[in-house]
Amino acid sequence: MKTCLVVDDSRVIRTVARKIIEELGFEVIEAEDGKVALEKSEERLPDGVLLDWNMPNMDGLEYLRALRQLPGGDKVSVVFCTTENDMRHIQEALAAGADEYIMKPFDAEIVKTKFEMLGLTA
Amino acid sequence: MRVEDFEYLAKLLKDRSGLIVGKDKVYLLETRLMPVARRHGLKGLDELIPKLRSGSGGEKLMVDVTEAMTTNESLFFRDTRPFDLFRDHVLPGMMQARGGQRKIRIWSAACSSGQEPYSLAILLKENQAKVSGWRFDIVATDLSKEIVDKGKAGLYTQFEVQRGLPIQLLVKYFRQTGDKWQIDAGLRSMVQFGEFNLLTHPRSLGQFDIVFCRNVLIYFDQPTKKKVLEGIADIMPKDGVLYLGGAETVLGVTDRFKPIPGLRGIYQRSDGEPAVKMA
Ligand SMILES: C[S@@+](CC[C@H](N)C(=O)[O-])C[C@H]1O[C@@H](n2cnc3c(N)ncnc32)[C@H](O)[C@@H]1O
Repeated sequence: MKTCLVVDDSRVIRTVARKIIEELGFEVIEAEDGKVALEKSEERLPDGVLLDWNMPNMDGLEYLRALRQLPGGDKVSVVFCTTENDMRHIQEALAAGADEYIMKPFDAEIVKTKFEMLGLTA
Repeated sequence: MRVEDFEYLAKLLKDRSGLIVGKDKVYLLETRLMPVARRHGLKGLDELIPKLRSGSGGEKLMVDVTEAMTTNESLFFRDTRPFDLFRDHVLPGMMQARGGQRKIRIWSAACSSGQEPYSLAILLKENQAKVSGWRFDIVATDLSKEIVDKGKAGLYTQFEVQRGLPIQLLVKYFRQTGDKWQIDAGLRSMVQFGEFNLLTHPRSLGQFDIVFCRNVLIYFDQPTKKKVLEGIADIMPKDGVLYLGGAETVLGVTDRFKPIPGLRGIYQRSDGEPAVKMA
């Protein structure tokens, strides 16, 4: 089973995202900030990451940059999922190596199509 | 709702747009027509229906009622695969067949707010090197003026641009204006929008090499489907191709078209050789 790391400091969002992503056939792991996400990624690289931007300790962008440095970290599909919904942020995320970008609020349909685009789901 | 009122509305909708409303959809009529009634200063359907019947609500009321009942749901690159097939097979095949005149005409026959024709325009832009020196006419039509105007403006909500559109394409081809996203002027100029009712014969629109008629026939009954499909066959060269939606087919409806083997959702004229084949 493919794994997806859901990184968000809101427990509510993590729960909603977990439900959606489990339904797409993933095993879901949660992290409440970038630092925890990085530790979990070092332990075991996920196939996909759904990543919030603004979080305490380490934000999403920092996490992404660190992830891309890990061995094999360039192969992980990273989908930002954030309230930062302007062009500048999107471009910054893409430049840092994000594969897709979801502007909150999101729904199951959006997550599903974005995962499909990345070839994460069959 | 009284039976004769339901029957009156169902007939009105079928005559005007082809839409078939089953008896199980009374609630849908009610929920969608209440806002129309209110906008026209009427209390409810009890006031709306007599106005329609007597004609005293005018053409505007008829149009509003019809448009309120159509489903405009659409998304960019809907179902993905048809657009991959367009890029990889339909476009190259048609270009080979049209090498002489270097001109291809495409019709998006129920274009809603433009996601379908703009997806095609984006694909052409993304393959600019291959299509340079060619002329593409993309004609996009829909029944509803309101929705055609929306397509022309090319303005979409955050929700709409997230459905089906890869983020790189959003960044490349859209500008943010307030809380909306607008497709850039270059792409807008590639699509000609207009109002057109599929219940009328399309001969006035000219000939089309490729026709997208997706996710609209599902709302029609068999005779209407047949009439629409045969009208399309009439304005298509013998080697033209037709796209239908995932839940639609020509089989059992008309023998003017048949499926192209290996290209799901794409049809050819039965009396011709399609320009496009599965290699
Ligand atoms: C569900 S949308 C499909 C949009 C797009 N083709 C797609 O596949 O995403 C159906 C569209 O058909 C239009 N429509 C319904 N009846 C029509 C008719 N008689 N003539 C032209 N368009 C019609 C509606 O206004 C609506 O925008």
